[in-house]
Amino acid sequence: MTYLAKPRLLRADAPRNAVGYTRRDYEGAISTLCAGCGHDSISAAVVQACFDLDIEPHRVAKLSGIGCSSKTPDYFLGASHGFNTTHGRMPSVLTGAALANRDLIYLGVSGDGDSASIGIAQFAHAMRRGVNMSYICENNGVYGLTKGQFSATADKGSKSKRGVVNSDTPIDLAALALQLGASYVARSFSGDKEQLIPLIKGALRHRGPAFIDVISPCVTFNNHAGSTKSYDYVREHNEAVNRLDFILPRDKIEASYPPGSLRRIVQHDGSILHLRKLDADYDPSDRVGAMNYLQERQALGEIATGLLYVDSGAEDLHRHLNTVERPLNQLGDAYLCPGSKALEALNASLR
Amino acid sequence: MSQVKSIESSNDFVIKFANVNGSGSASANELFARAIMRMGVPVAPRNIFPSNIQGMPTWYEMRVSAAGWLGRRGGCDLMVAMNPQTWDRDIAEIEPGGYLFYDSTKSLPRSRFREDITVLGIPLTEMCNREYTDARQRQLFKNIMYVGALTALLGIDFGVVEKLIADQYRGKDKLIGANVNALKLGFDHAIANLPCPIGLRVERSNGVGDKIFINGNDACGLGAVYGGATVAAWYPITPSTSVIEAFGSYCRKYRTDPDNGMARYAIVQAEDELASIGMVIGAAWNGSRAFTATSGPGISLMQEFFGLAYFAEVPAVIFDVQRGGPSTGMPTRTQQSDLISCAYASHGDTKHVMLFPEDPYECFTLGAQAFDLADRLQTPVFVLLDLDIGMNDRLCQPFDWDDSRRYDRGKVMTAEMLDSGKNFGRYLDVDGDGIPWRTIPGTHPTKGAFFSRGTTRNAYAKYSEAGTDYTYNMERLRRKLETAKKLVPAPVLQPASQPTRFGAIHYGSTGPAMAEALSLLEARGIHVDALRVRGFPFADEVIEFVADHDEVFVVEQNESGQLRMLLLTEGEIDPKKLIRVLHYDGTPITARFISGRIADALSEHKVTPLRKQVAS
Repeated sequence: MTYLAKPRLLRADAPRNAVGYTRRDYEGAISTLCAGCGHDSISAAVVQACFDLDIEPHRVAKLSGIGCSSKTPDYFLGASHGFNTTHGRMPSVLTGAALANRDLIYLGVSGDGDSASIGIAQFAHAMRRGVNMSYICENNGVYGLTKGQFSATADKGSKSKRGVVNSDTPIDLAALALQLGASYVARSFSGDKEQLIPLIKGALRHRGPAFIDVISPCVTFNNHAGSTKSYDYVREHNEAVNRLDFILPRDKIEASYPPGSLRRIVQHDGSILHLRKLDADYDPSDRVGAMNYLQERQALGEIATGLLYVDSGAEDLHRHLNTVERPLNQLGDAYLCPGSKALEALNASLR
Repeated sequence: MSQVKSIESSNDFVIKFANVNGSGSASANELFARAIMRMGVPVAPRNIFPSNIQGMPTWYEMRVSAAGWLGRRGGCDLMVAMNPQTWDRDIAEIEPGGYLFYDSTKSLPRSRFREDITVLGIPLTEMCNREYTDARQRQLFKNIMYVGALTALLGIDFGVVEKLIADQYRGKDKLIGANVNALKLGFDHAIANLPCPIGLRVERSNGVGDKIFINGNDACGLGAVYGGATVAAWYPITPSTSVIEAFGSYCRKYRTDPDNGMARYAIVQAEDELASIGMVIGAAWNGSRAFTATSGPGISLMQEFFGLAYFAEVPAVIFDVQRGGPSTGMPTRTQQSDLISCAYASHGDTKHVMLFPEDPYECFTLGAQAFDLADRLQTPVFVLLDLDIGMNDRLCQPFDWDDSRRYDRGKVMTAEMLDSGKNFGRYLDVDGDGIPWRTIPGTHPTKGAFFSRGTTRNAYAKYSEAGTDYTYNMERLRRKLETAKKLVPAPVLQPASQPTRFGAIHYGSTGPAMAEALSLLEARGIHVDALRVRGFPFADEVIEFVADHDEVFVVEQNESGQLRMLLLTEGEIDPKKLIRVLHYDGTPITARFISGRIADALSEHKVTPLRKQVAS
């Protein structure tokens, strides 16, 4: 139904952010997903995060693969360029885009089929390569567009709508991201915007590969008893390790948390992540610890959410390649073409 | 001694080196080829190598041709037999009256030789063992030693080779001395013990002129630098790998910022070919010129993305260095067998732009031009060379560049244009040439953003499954590909010396052999007009050429006649008019083969009307 234009009625007194945009300026076309789909909540969280961060919409490039989740970039940031690529290949297209212009903010949206099955290689290599991006996996454990087949993130023993029990071992993308070198790894739940919005903000301001696994129940095919990705199941088994508050450098820092329960992390751009610790032993700067923690919680049948790991001093692909500061797509002929003199010298060396 | 007269030839013969892969012979053989070139004599070397790093047989074939024929000739006048594994077949390959050069350290029974050839033995191993203690040195200098001996046997100036070594190792004086020493040991031994010079001789000439000596892959890499590519994404595959290596090394030389040493380019070795082409498409979507280099299996893997780039209209440049297919096929042998899988790559109705360089010079020029075409047409452009051009050093005209030339970035709408109120419809045909306008991400705060996708959409890039929107788009794409016909490089006509109703169409690496074949045919009184196709979709001249001749030979290096298929489909030509001349055993096509096939076909042709007369 996206050919229907979204009504642009706007209240004159709608609040504007520091760059002069209203929240509506960050919205996109009307969603064509099922009513109640978790993915729409994630889109709303992206809109809120970008509005709050005063990001100009045209400075964001949003890319996706194929599937329900990958349709969503059409439903937010309508003033941003977007690219709905091929199934499982968003990471490579985004990597190329990021190489061409290091100054834009890159948001990759994918799903569990797109990332954990057909696109697992591209997911893995984008993480290990250090692409500066926010990678959101809208994880519902099921293939929605093709009507309810298990995906590779479906838990063992989980039951499909038709009553089939999944016997394959699930892939934990957050655990993989940690192992592969992502420098910002989080997990959240589409039904928990207080947790999700700050996590998205932190990812957008992070330099390096930021991965957020968002459990996002499929209301049509995976929201029944026996599913481990239903609203009810996730609410019951959600174990948040921390609660994040994202603070821009210009914001006033409020110290309203009890001492010892707060952890302050300054990212490369000066933005601050305030973590309210819910599990006293959890250390989000310890990659190995985070991997162990995830495994332990999983064995207990719990879903650990929150900011699982962050390396605020991480380097990215452009740093590794030592590319010039000016975006490559803005280098003119004179910077690129060596000209006829150089060619004459080269010819002489080839005789 | 033999009854057959020894071959006597100055500046016109074939030498073949039979070596063991990984023994360091390639650089010694190349040195020898360059020495002949420095004598002013055209030489065309070809490396015939296995898919192997060490131990398997490898050959280096060198055609010396005063007339400047650079195609493979076939046959061998002087065999340098350095590989015991292939001895018997190497000996058998020598032309009657030819010459055999070998390492005579270990004596061989007479039965292992032939009576009709001249045998030239030097105890290379023995000499090396005497001179060197280190095993690696013994191996490497053995190669230089035979170069020295051949220098004497063919009457090449010792000073020319000596200078070449000095040029090659400039700044590494120790290496120069050691190499020249080995060279001299071989040279002196041959002078003292063998009948120097033999019947095959290299005499000073001026047949090389200002030509340069380079391989096609290096030239493609250079073309990408001059063409303004800033992003290269790739996955290693023979025989294309050195395209990217060359791009990297030319970039380090020409694209390093002099102020801070930073790179004005990005090269990423991807996890596979799918990711390579994905990165290229992402970079080009975002306004960089980007390319990949691959070969047949990579082309197969990239198919889905080619469809996306075609349909979403994103520029991309793909260098396909073709090898023998299908499947893994013959990874280190040459073929022109990817035309069909490139021309209509991906599912659905597609058609792609292809360029066919003939030699390294055209690898450079068409390689650079590919980026202009991709931006102008907003579609993938395939540069189809093959292993024969890509991996062999070839004499070609020197590279040139017009400094007043500016990159054609095509129809890119700027912020100023959007502000001036220009109507922007991403897939709207405003100019009638089928090419829409595009915007680069980040251009304007409120105007010009669109959502790229592989799904159908209307002219304003909004998702649409309406049949009218779909057909509008498909018809526009067809128009765009019609526009491409006028933009791809024009075919090159080589008319026969007198009017003829026979024509021949060829492309790519077949060029040198074809030119020589035409000359052989002319000598036999057979006149054939030849047209070298350089681009697809075919320019009108290509179809007109077929119409202007009664019969046209289509000369190709694949089994199914892939260019012929394209001609039949695109030109709606009567299949009987197009006669296949196909060479596809993995070796480069020869003038002897082409002229033989054409002459045979034409002699049969002359018989046919007679039979008809009898029957009637």
